[in-house]
Amino acid sequence: MEIFWFIVLMVMLGIYVILDGYDFGAGIVHLFLAKTEQEKKAVTNAIGPFWDANEVWLIAAGGVLFFAFPTLYASAFSGFYLPLMLVLWLLIFRAVGLELRGQVHHRMWEAIWDKAFGIASLLLALFFGAALGNVVRGVNLGMVENGVSTQEPHYFFLALWNPTFDPLAEHQGVIDWFTLLLGLVAVVTLTIHGANWIILKTSTSLNGRLKKVIFKLNFVLLALVVISAGLWHYVKPFPLNNLQTHYWLWIFPIIGAVGLIGLFRINKFKKDSTGFLFSSMFIFGSFATTIASLFPTLLPSTNGINPSLTVHNVAAHEYGLSVGLYWFIIAAILVIAYFIIQFRVFKGKMDDVGYGEH
Amino acid sequence: MEDMILYNRLQFAFTITFHYLFPQLTMGLSLMIVYFKWKFLRTKNEDYNNASKFWMKIFALNFAMGVVTGIPMEFQFGTNWAKFSELTGGIIGQTLAMEGMFSFFLESSFLGMFLFGEKLLGQKLHFLSGLMVFIGSWASGFLIIATHSWMQHPVGYEILENGKFILKNFGALFNNPWLWPSYLHNQMGSLVTSSFFVAAVGAFYLLSNKHSRFGKIFVKSGVVFGVISSVMLAFPTGDWAAKNVVKYQPVTFAAMEGIFETEKGGSEIVLVGQPDMENKKLDNKIAVPNVLSFLTYQRWDAEIKGLNEFDESIHPTNVPGLYYGYHIMVGLGTIFIGIMVLASFLLWKGKLYKTKWLLWILMFMIPFPYIANTAGWYTAELGRQPWLVYNLMRMVDGVSPTVSSGNALFTLLGFVGLYLLLGLLFLLLVLKIIRKGPEAKMALK
Ligand code: HDD
Ligand code: HEM
Ligand code: HEM
Repeated sequence: MEIFWFIVLMVMLGIYVILDGYDFGAGIVHLFLAKTEQEKKAVTNAIGPFWDANEVWLIAAGGVLFFAFPTLYASAFSGFYLPLMLVLWLLIFRAVGLELRGQVHHRMWEAIWDKAFGIASLLLALFFGAALGNVVRGVNLGMVENGVSTQEPHYFFLALWNPTFDPLAEHQGVIDWFTLLLGLVAVVTLTIHGANWIILKTSTSLNGRLKKVIFKLNFVLLALVVISAGLWHYVKPFPLNNLQTHYWLWIFPIIGAVGLIGLFRINKFKKDSTGFLFSSMFIFGSFATTIASLFPTLLPSTNGINPSLTVHNVAAHEYGLSVGLYWFIIAAILVIAYFIIQFRVFKGKMDDVGYGEH
Repeated sequence: MEDMILYNRLQFAFTITFHYLFPQLTMGLSLMIVYFKWKFLRTKNEDYNNASKFWMKIFALNFAMGVVTGIPMEFQFGTNWAKFSELTGGIIGQTLAMEGMFSFFLESSFLGMFLFGEKLLGQKLHFLSGLMVFIGSWASGFLIIATHSWMQHPVGYEILENGKFILKNFGALFNNPWLWPSYLHNQMGSLVTSSFFVAAVGAFYLLSNKHSRFGKIFVKSGVVFGVISSVMLAFPTGDWAAKNVVKYQPVTFAAMEGIFETEKGGSEIVLVGQPDMENKKLDNKIAVPNVLSFLTYQRWDAEIKGLNEFDESIHPTNVPGLYYGYHIMVGLGTIFIGIMVLASFLLWKGKLYKTKWLLWILMFMIPFPYIANTAGWYTAELGRQPWLVYNLMRMVDGVSPTVSSGNALFTLLGFVGLYLLLGLLFLLLVLKIIRKGPEAKMALK
């Protein structure tokens, strides 16, 4: 039963990353590339009616995490206290920037909220990448000092960084060179992804430029992926164990690779949706590869004393998990229905919806 | 440790109080917007359509505030109350996860359509999308109150040896005797907020002689919704809620009413008085004999237990706060009924739009429903102390073990700063929308 909920949770998180990921990417594009008022409008129009619904995937995934894996929810949320709070504040700034910008027509007002929206998006992408880095690297569960746990075995607390920025240090920080690197990967990936979404949803002068940027960034991304895969091996030896015993799992890295390589042909795509499809494939593939290589571990322990948190030792009780199935299936069908309706109502380009001009 | 608990509580209290300022308007207003839209479909009077669009602008802003302040709430169970989440997550996780899956998706998908889709959808479907937003927000309220009711009156659980609560009976979560009174009462509270809000804006337009056609619509619908909801707030829903407290949390009830000693031959109802915790009595008391016994048990001489009958260790930790919270809520509720009954009488006589003094009162009533709702929640939450899960788990056992007081204070200060900024911006923008009025060119072209 807990395996089922694990898959549900990961699918929901994956959907969240792909959907809100393009919002972050659009924010980054908005920050660095959108120059004229018309281009800025195009970017915000492209995500205007969607970002709120996209964010719900995060909230709902949080709810499912709480419900199915309460111990993990408690441990990880209190352990990553500071970065989570920063993420919350950034989410607030992102939303406020988007919603308030159009409310007053004054250059300074618009400039402030443009920056708030863009910078918050950039930092969010960085943080989510770093978060994945933390999960891969593991934490000092039970806060072991000199071989003795100072807390219950499943609790921990991480500072934002320690002065050495070393992922293998005893007193780890959320940000070290390894997690920062993954953060960078996320920023580049989501910039490409967001740009693809804008191309799909608008038809401004920006799109031609975006394609060129995607093409260049893709080389950077390829290099970063190779480097971080190598360093992952250094931080956690033999990360791909699971893939050696279960060959079918190779489907995930392959999907990711197809997405990444396919994007080099960005200038040749006939349909505006192809680019978005490829960047989604890359995100899905790399996310799923990471998860599959950790499974059944959810949060590795970096000390030899307390065991890692796994799908099995953090799950809620059987009865609760099985009744949850009934309402979840109903809810999932409804959610799919809403999404189909929403996409049909807002199909096509969004240039003239007039988002944000209340 | 003491500091840490204090900051955790202050942060939770501050953020939830701020959050709930927005959902209470969201829930009430969504119903009224649907009503305006429905009126338009029936009468084909464009004014009603414009009224619904006008309120949608305020609604959208308010909703966004509800969303951004709501996400921290969901996170904080894990970040600040980790032990509580770990032990009870198998139960309250159900209702919280259901809230996400059933209501937030519904609300957010259809809100986009309601805001941007009038042209694309056509009038009937547009009405329908509004109805969906209404259903979503009321479902959200239901599931959150179901969660909360379980904390007040835990049902359908079993406690394992390691202290974990596990769910035994899913249905019990929704048959909880605490749930329905609390939910209905709370929804009436949110309708009161929105009716007073709508009426106040209408009164402002009438008094300033601007947009008078809309002023009349707003005052009229505000008063009609207001009189119904403020009466139902007291009877039957408030009454039910109170009877639950008497039955399941008698010690809380004693503190709410300020009864230090059991009184033989029936309890008086206290209208005014200040709890004096040193001497265990009320100062400057004005009270009516035997009424409380009658209200509670329908017998004038029924005995109501005072705080003296319960062990100190289970007394609510903040008796004066609880007592004031309750009396502010009930006091304001009584005033709301008075104003709304009077206003609807004048409306019926056709004199309301000319009765300036009452319009002034309506206009200045805006903050009070917010205060009453907040006071109500303080009553509920302070009354639950010292428990997190009533009778089963103490608040001090629920905090996160590894978050230090310095870090908790840091984020508390961060929230205070951020929310003050948000609140200010929100007020500015709402005022701007109200000043522009319903006749301003519609942005939703
Ligand atoms: C009775 C009503 C009520 C109460 C007591 C609360 N809320 Fe709330 N909440 C709502 C009624 C509501 C709402 C009206 O349904 C909102 C307003 C905007 C929205 O999306 O839904 C909302 C928003 C909202 C959101 C954002 C939803 C979105 O993105 O669409 C979250 C995560 C929460 N709430 C969570 C909570 C938590 C964890 C609470 C308690 C501790 C809480 N709320 C108290
Ligand atoms: C319905 C959902 C709610 C849930 C599940 C909930 C849960 C909690 C929890 C876990 C705490 C922390 C522990 C404690 O100090 O007792 C708390 C405290 C508190 N909550 Fe709520 N709450 C809810 C709604 C509200 C609302 C809507 C308000 C106010 C508008 C509110 C006001 C407070 C206050 C003031 C405290 C601090 C109490 C104290 O410090 O003694 N709560 N609540
Ligand atoms: C006039 C008569 C009223 C009575 C008799 C009454 C009674 C009660 C009672 C007994 C509770 C439960 C306290 C607890 O859980 O420990 C409660 C809670 C509450 N009240 Fe009232 N109340 C009245 C008016 C109001 C008004 C005017 C508002 C706001 C507009 C309001 C808003 C709330 C809220 C938000 C809660 C907490 C949520 C809940 O548990 O439903 N009440 N009320």
